[in-house]
Order: sequence, then structure tokens, then C-alpha cells
Amino acid sequence: MCSLGVFPAPVTAAQTLLERNNELLSALHPGEHPQPCDLPSPQFTRDTLKGHSRPESSSRSAFLDQRDTLWMRSAGAWRDAGLYGLLDEITNSAEEVPRFLAVGSACVLALLRWASSFHGSLFPHLTLSSDEMVAEFSQMSDSALRSFAWHPHTDKFAVALLDDSIRIYKSNSSATPTLKHRCQRSVCALQWKPLCGSALAVACQSCLLIWHVDPTSLSTRPSSGCAQVLSHPGHSPITSIAWSPTGSLLVSASPVDTAMMVWDVAAESAVPLQRVGGGGVTYLSWSPDGSRLLAATPSALFRVWETRMWTCERWPCLKGSCQVRKLRKLSITVFELMYAFIYFFKLTFFSQTSWDPRGERLAVLLKGDSQAVNHPSVIAVFKTRSSPVFELLPCGFVMGEAGAEPRFMQFHPHFQHGALLTVCWSDGRISHVPFYFSSAGLLGGDSPQQALASNTADHSSNKLYTEQIS
Amino acid sequence: MFSLKQNSWFIRKVVIWRAVASIAWSVLLLPVTAAVFVLLSRFSLFHPIQWISDCTSLLAASSTVFSLVVLCGVVLITGFFNLEFYTLVPAIPCSRMALLGTVLHPRQCVHSLVYCTMGMLVMWCASVTIGGRYSTLGTPCRQSESGEVVTCLNEYHLFILLAGAFMGYSHSFLGVVQNMYYVSFQPIQQYKYPRFKGCLPMVVKCSVIQALYSARNFAAFYFFFGYAPKTWISSTLNLQIDSSIQPLDSLTGLLDFSLLYHLSISGTFLYLTWYLTVLLFRICVTEAYSFPVQSTFTEDAEQSLPKVLAEKNTLVMKFLALQDLALLSHHSLSRRLEVFSLSQPGGHAHNWNAISRECLSLLSELTQRLVAHQDAVASNGRVKSQSASSDTRSASSSSSVVSGTEDIAETPRLSVPLRTPGSVFKSSVGGANNALTAPFTPDVNSPFSSPAIRRLVGQQDRQSPCFGTEQSPHIMRRGPKLWSASTESQSSGSPPASPATVPSPPAASQKPSFLAQWLQNRREQLPEASSQALFADSQAHIWALQGLSHLVAASFSEDQFGVVQTTLPNVLSCLVVLLEAVDRHFKLPHASSKPVRTICSMGDSTYKTLRFALRAALKTAIYKITTTFGEHLNAVNISTEHRKRLQQFLEFKD
Repeated sequence: MCSLGVFPAPVTAAQTLLERNNELLSALHPGEHPQPCDLPSPQFTRDTLKGHSRPESSSRSAFLDQRDTLWMRSAGAWRDAGLYGLLDEITNSAEEVPRFLAVGSACVLALLRWASSFHGSLFPHLTLSSDEMVAEFSQMSDSALRSFAWHPHTDKFAVALLDDSIRIYKSNSSATPTLKHRCQRSVCALQWKPLCGSALAVACQSCLLIWHVDPTSLSTRPSSGCAQVLSHPGHSPITSIAWSPTGSLLVSASPVDTAMMVWDVAAESAVPLQRVGGGGVTYLSWSPDGSRLLAATPSALFRVWETRMWTCERWPCLKGSCQVRKLRKLSITVFELMYAFIYFFKLTFFSQTSWDPRGERLAVLLKGDSQAVNHPSVIAVFKTRSSPVFELLPCGFVMGEAGAEPRFMQFHPHFQHGALLTVCWSDGRISHVPFYFSSAGLLGGDSPQQALASNTADHSSNKLYTEQIS
Repeated sequence: MFSLKQNSWFIRKVVIWRAVASIAWSVLLLPVTAAVFVLLSRFSLFHPIQWISDCTSLLAASSTVFSLVVLCGVVLITGFFNLEFYTLVPAIPCSRMALLGTVLHPRQCVHSLVYCTMGMLVMWCASVTIGGRYSTLGTPCRQSESGEVVTCLNEYHLFILLAGAFMGYSHSFLGVVQNMYYVSFQPIQQYKYPRFKGCLPMVVKCSVIQALYSARNFAAFYFFFGYAPKTWISSTLNLQIDSSIQPLDSLTGLLDFSLLYHLSISGTFLYLTWYLTVLLFRICVTEAYSFPVQSTFTEDAEQSLPKVLAEKNTLVMKFLALQDLALLSHHSLSRRLEVFSLSQPGGHAHNWNAISRECLSLLSELTQRLVAHQDAVASNGRVKSQSASSDTRSASSSSSVVSGTEDIAETPRLSVPLRTPGSVFKSSVGGANNALTAPFTPDVNSPFSSPAIRRLVGQQDRQSPCFGTEQSPHIMRRGPKLWSASTESQSSGSPPASPATVPSPPAASQKPSFLAQWLQNRREQLPEASSQALFADSQAHIWALQGLSHLVAASFSEDQFGVVQTTLPNVLSCLVVLLEAVDRHFKLPHASSKPVRTICSMGDSTYKTLRFALRAALKTAIYKITTTFGEHLNAVNISTEHRKRLQQFLEFKD
């Protein structure tokens, strides 16, 4: 039976530095280097970053009210708030318009409101505003960091900041390109394209941006011409994106749109895949071999798509308190495991998991209680093994500096000496925690890296044909 | 032009049946759309019960059944046209003249005529269904002076019928301009029903928008020119014009809400019928087909994947085979193993050799095409024109003697493997969409097939208007030139024309006229179009790249006999050379400019972005191989330059 009680007691108020000899160490012997890998670990504070400008509606109160003509006001209302705004404007200025128009628009408005409230009662998330929805369904945190993504092949990561800019850090390089674009607002997710050196997909509030950042360029401010803008009417805000492991397709999802979009990015064409149940799609994740795709919805439902003919199956709702919304943070590799977790152990308070590419360490972000004083979020790390039987052993807690809570985390995709967990803390710091271990056994070939590693291991003795003849 | 004998087994056994299935589905959908049309056309807000009962009785009436039979005929003809005209490689007119030539092509004229007739038929059915004042052409009316009852012309009926003809023509015209018959493949595979369901809202939206546009244009057209057909019909059929009713070609006559509503409803119905047929045809034809990798029996040998890939005559089969290759390399372990297997007696890797050879030849042919284009294009992105203005004619003719012979001496390297770039285009691209697949990709490309026009413009009868002007300057010089072509070739004794060129008849006049100048201007290249035309069939290359790279990457662990390793140097160098050619092409002006997105049109504009898709697929393919093989690539025997380039990919610096 797995319980958090068997974990080694966390050392409070000391930052965890690394794991060695099966111990998580927070202090080193004198004379040792704390950071053997030269990965940049920047820190951002909220004060240095200015948040994006307020929406136009809130700045209205700062100006004196001036009466335009009805036409101007109607056009403005149509531009700002669409049909609702127009109808509202006409209803409000009943003395200037013919009576039948005012009454008609009031009736239509009431009908629309009734319909949308009915729709909203089915899917409560639809009543949220766009900004609230972004906050609800993304990994967004209160810190200066909004999102984080390792490059799948190189020592390079991208960080989305509070001011809607994205910075790219590379090891062994001081140049940190900053990406800014007019459409890049409320960044919810970042992901680098696999099998590509340069393309970074960014999920924004209104569209999807594909940045092409030349890895050899020394420019610190790539122009917005390097970005491709992909948008589809009705498909915003986008809160989740997922590249297929072969890099050929990109899937994007929005909690408002019941269809998820499968993009052929280079051709800028999208195929909508619509399933009405659930009222939207909030989270997407490909399985590492690219054969399945998980799509979670805001309600108690999620789907697993097979990616050959793109049919889907609905997974049953979980018993009791439905925590599917929490499941959205799962990766499909840990999917069955976490399913069992929730089902059997009622361990329903984690919010995020990450499994290292070798399948030997599993990090679980346990969500704290914001009301309780002594109950912060922590990261619990498990050792996992899949052969001969699946094993899950406690490893320890990863602690930050005093007062800092982990917000999101990701394992380095190809760390040589074990695993490397990158954690973004609530104080805007990004730190790397290496886990040094020698690989005991390899998890079943459900990850391309693992398959590759095992292949390399198998074939290392017999050389390539061309090597033999040469 | 439609004979089953000369077609391959694939068209006989697969494509025809797919087309038949699509037509059958369209016919089955017809009653549904007709019922919706009836409901909408008889709509009355204040008498809902009467409305429903009217509609049900109308749906069972004999006139409706007869209309349905007529509509079935229309759908059959539309389906036949789809099958006859569809193309996998779009015809991209590179200049305004070429576009004009395509529109005025006799075949296109026949097409427009048939569509006008079909539009009138559908609109006649619609007017009969709507009933009331629209139902017949003649109505009894009372003459104002004598008071006797005569038959008058019902202008509403005529209006609707003419609208049908107008919409038919605009459908046919837009079909050319927007490449309606171009069939593109989706990036993902879906079953037919979900795909249809997904596309249906788009099709309905498109037909509504198109109908509204057409209604507006037709109303304007009728306002200005409506008098002519009205008087003509009334005089031929000896029908009176009722002067007591407001004529429709006036502002007050046209501002009739009910008329415009019925016009747009019937127009939507008309377009929806056609668009649904096109959509179902596209869905059925692009459905994946699984070819056996290895045939068990010798009589099935021509149906196996390696044989089918080598086939050049049936383009649709080649495309589907390449798609199948990409799918099997990605999804099917057992079929990959068949590809890597050795032949039983002898132990040769026939399957892999044939497949890789075909893919590599396809890719290297694209490389050659790109290189030839870069040779031909001046630095400003426009095709170098040897006779850009007729003033320099004498100079160029004097130099052409020397340069022509020099070219022959200098460029055997170019001309031997390719023969000429023109012949490459002819055999590969042009041939693919022209004569070899005769009944399915008809020759609408050569706009100036009538000798008179050809003489006027002096253009060679090329397969595609782009490739005619896209050749290397050597060939341009050798071939006949604009206006002065034949005289030069006779006087200078230029080398015999390449097999692709046809000596044009003597030019009509030596002096360039005003018309000639104007035509010359119109023949200016549309920017970006030549780039689009170069990559028009690149979907095949994308699949070849995907299939090849996945197979090579899979061979790292699955290839037991090492059959792939022998061709690995070839594959890598082919990919790198193609990458260099593509990179150079994207340095040309207009090549990397994005096309304007059309929001809603039935015409598929996928071909406009194929070059970007090809570039992305190429880079992904190289990355796929380099990440799989890693450091082992250093042991592969390739040239130093290529190794240097691959090193960039290994370091993810590209």
C-alpha cells in the first residue's frame, strides 16, 4: 500500500539540490559543485514585468462620457461586443430608435440570454469570461511565469512570462531571444515541435502562433515576421496544444469550442474534429508513440482518440467526486497508473505529474491548501520500475526555498546521468534538480526515447552494415 | 475520350466504383435537400399548420416526383463531369493570358454550356416546386385596350430560369478560377461518414454565401440587360408582355423581398446539389487504398505496391500508392517487415529496392525541376524573357546563332539525362496530368490549342502554360520565339527543335502591333504562380519523404538483413540535395510569400501552400533519420559537404 507516510520526512526551509545514492540532498559536502550542468536558471519577479494592458472596457471609466450618434455607438458596440453589444445598445437607446426596433431587440436579447444561460447551466465553464477561462484551464499561476517548455532534443527551454513575452534560454549561450507579437496575449501553453530545431507553438488567447526561431541566429528580438498566425473562427481561447511525436501535426483545443483542430502547420490548414459531449476540450496529450491522443473536457468526461483513423472512445466517468478536471494535467504515459491511483487510493489532490523519459522517476505535484498556513504545495518523487512487475517506491519530496511553492515542472527530455527535473517556483525562480542514478531496467517500449535507447543497447555490439564493410 | 479499354486496372476496378458510390450517395441525399428546400420555399410564419400540411402534400405530388427525376439526371451529369474533369495536380495559370485561354478553351465552353443548361433545369424544378406566380412561362392576362384574354410572358419564371443559367455559368467559371476540380488529400485519415459530417457545415455555408453573391450579381445583370432576353423570348414564343405588371428590370421590380428570397433559396439549393456531389466525390476518391506489398500470385503482380509506384500512367493510383506507403511506414509493423524482407529464392531485397528507387527518382526529379527553374529565373523572380521586347529582336537573333550552338556543346550534361527540361516536364508533370491519364485529367491546360490563336501568340503548344515559359534560357533560345520565332529559326539555322517543341507556323505579321504589346503585357507572369506551379504535385513528394524517412528510421530496429543500409547514402544525399534546391528556391522573391486565405470557397486552395508543406516535410524527414541514427551517420559513406549539412541537423542547428 502506498501512502505518503512512508516518504522520508521533508527537510523544511532548505532547497533540495540533487539526488545521489537514493537520497535527496539539500546540502553538499564542502568542495562540491552544486550545479554540474550549466543550465541557465533565471529568476523573474512580478515587479520587473509589467502585465499586459487592461482590456479596453475597463479603461472606459477613466474618460468622460460623450454622446455619439446612434450609428457610431452601434458600430462601436458591434465591434467591441458583437451582436450582444449591438442589441444592448439599441435597447438602451430606446428614445432614439423606432419603438418596434427597441422592443424587438429587447426580445431577441432576452431570448439569447435565456438560451445562453440554459447552455451555460449544462456547461458551467461557458459562463466564464475569456480571461477567467484561461486562468481556470491552463497551468497559469500567480507567479511571474506562465508556462515552460523544454526543447525535446536540445538543451534549450522557453519560458512564457507574465508580460506575454517568451524567452528562450540555451545552455552554453548567453543570448536569450525574446519573442513578442501583437497577437501573443495570455499565453497558456508552449510546446516545441519535435524533430525540428526551431519551431515553437504558442497557444494564445485569440490564435495559435508558430515561432520559427533560427537556432544559429544571434538576434535577441526576432521579428514578428518569424511567427505564423493560425486561427479559426470560434476556436479561442486556446488553452492546450500538442504536437504529434513525428512533428507532422499539431492539435489545439479550446474550452469553448467542442471541436479540436488538427493543424497541418506548414499548409496552415485545419481539420476540425467535433464531438459535442463535454462542451469543449481543455487538455490534450499524445502518447509517446503517437498512436493515441487524450482529450479531456471541462465536464466529467474525457476521450482517447486513436490517431490512425481518428475515431475516439469515451472513458467512463470516475466514481464519487469527479476529478477529471485534475486529470487534464496528466500525461498519457501515466494515464492508467493515475486512473488506478484515483480509483483505489482516492489520492485526488495532486494537480500535475511528470514522468522522466527513462521511466524511472515520477514527480507528482501535490496541491496545497491555500487557506491552511502549514500546507504548501510540494513535489513528491517516486521511483518507478515496470519490469518484472510495476513498482512505485517513494523517493522523497523536492523542496524549494522558504516560502516558495512549486508551480509547474517538467523533466529534461534527455539528461545523460539519470533524470533532471526542472521546477518553476512561485517566486519566479526556475531551478533544476538532477537525480543521479544508473538505469536499472528499461520501461516497456512505450516511449520513443526508450525504444531508441534499447535499440542502441541491443545494436551496439553489431555495427552498421556500412561500418562493417568500410 | 472515355474508354475503359485503355485504362489501368485501378481505374476500372476502384476509381469508377468510388465515383459510382459517390453519385449514389448524392442521389440518395437529393430527397432530403429537396424536402428542406420545399419547407423553406413555402415558409409562412403565421400559418404553421397550413405550411406543414401544404408541404407534405406537395412532397407527395407527382410534379415533385418528376422534378426529383430531373434533379437525379442533373446529379448524374454532375457526377460524370466530376469523374471526367477531376485532377490531382491543379492547373495553375501563370499569366493572365493563360487564365483567359483556359476560360475560353472549347472544352471549357462546352462545360459552361452544360452547366448553364443544368442550372436552368434545376431552377425550373425549383420554380415548379415554389409554385404560385413562378410556375409557368405563360400566364393568361387581359389586354388593356381590347379586354380579351391572351397569353402573356410570366417574367418571374423567366427571371428564375435566367438566374439558373447565370449561376450555372458562374459555377463553371469559378470552377476554373478556383480549381474546383482539384482534389486534395487531408492531412489525417478519417472514415467517410465522419469526414462528410465534418465538411457538411462548411459546404452549406459556402453554398449560401455563393448563392447570395450570385443573386446580387444576377440582379444587377438583369437590371441592365434584362430587356434583351425578355423581348427575345416574347417575340419568339409569341407571348405578350403584360404592361400592367411592373417590369422586373427596374429598381422597384427588383426590390421585391419575396422574389429575392426565393431567388437566394433556389440558388442555395442549386449550389448545394452541385457542391454535395463534388464533396462526396472528393471524399470517396481520396479514401486510402491498401496495396499489397508483395503479391502472392503472378497475376496480381501489377497490383503490388512496388509495381504500382513505378506506374506513371495513372496518376491517381500513384498518389494513392504513395499515401499507402506513408501510412504503412508509419502505422503498420507487419507491412514494414514485408518491405524489408528478402525474396525467397535468391535473397534479393526487391521490395525495398523498388520502393526506394521510385521514391528517390521522384525526389530527384523534383530537384532537377527546381534547379532548372532557378536557372531560368532572373534575379528579380521573373522568368527571363529572351524576347521581352521586340526591339531587341535583331540583337538576340544575331546572338542566338552562336549561343545556340554553344549551348549544345556546353550542356550535354543537362540534356542527356533530362533530354531537355521541357521533356522532363512533359514526361513527368505534364504527362502526368495530360495524355497518359487521358480520361481523368483532361487537357484543359493548353489554352491555345486552336491553331489560329497559337499563330497569333506564337506560343508553343506546351502542356502547361507555366512550364512553357519556365524553361532554361537555352531551350528558350532554341525553341521558336514570340512573333519572330520561325523566321529566326530558319535564317539562323538554329539546331533542330527538341522533341517537346513544335515549330510554330509563320507569324502573322513581322511588326508588333498594339494588340501584340497588350498580349505581351498580359503574358507577364503572375508573381508566385510559377512557384505554385512548380510544387503543384508536391503532395506525392511529401508522401514519398514521409514514407522513406519513416522506413529508414524503422529499419534501425526492424531491418534484420540490413537491406536499407545499402541505400542509406543514396537516400541521405538525395534528401540533402533536394534541401539545398528547396532552400535556394525559397530565396527567390515571391517564393516565401504566403497566399491570401480565402475564407469560404468550395475550390480547394491547398496547392498554394504545398511548397511550405514540402519544405517542412523534408526537414522533418531528415531530422527523423538523423535523430534515429545519431552518431552512426558518421560511418555512412557520403560526401563531406553533405556530411557537414547533416551535422547541422544532428546538432539541431537547422
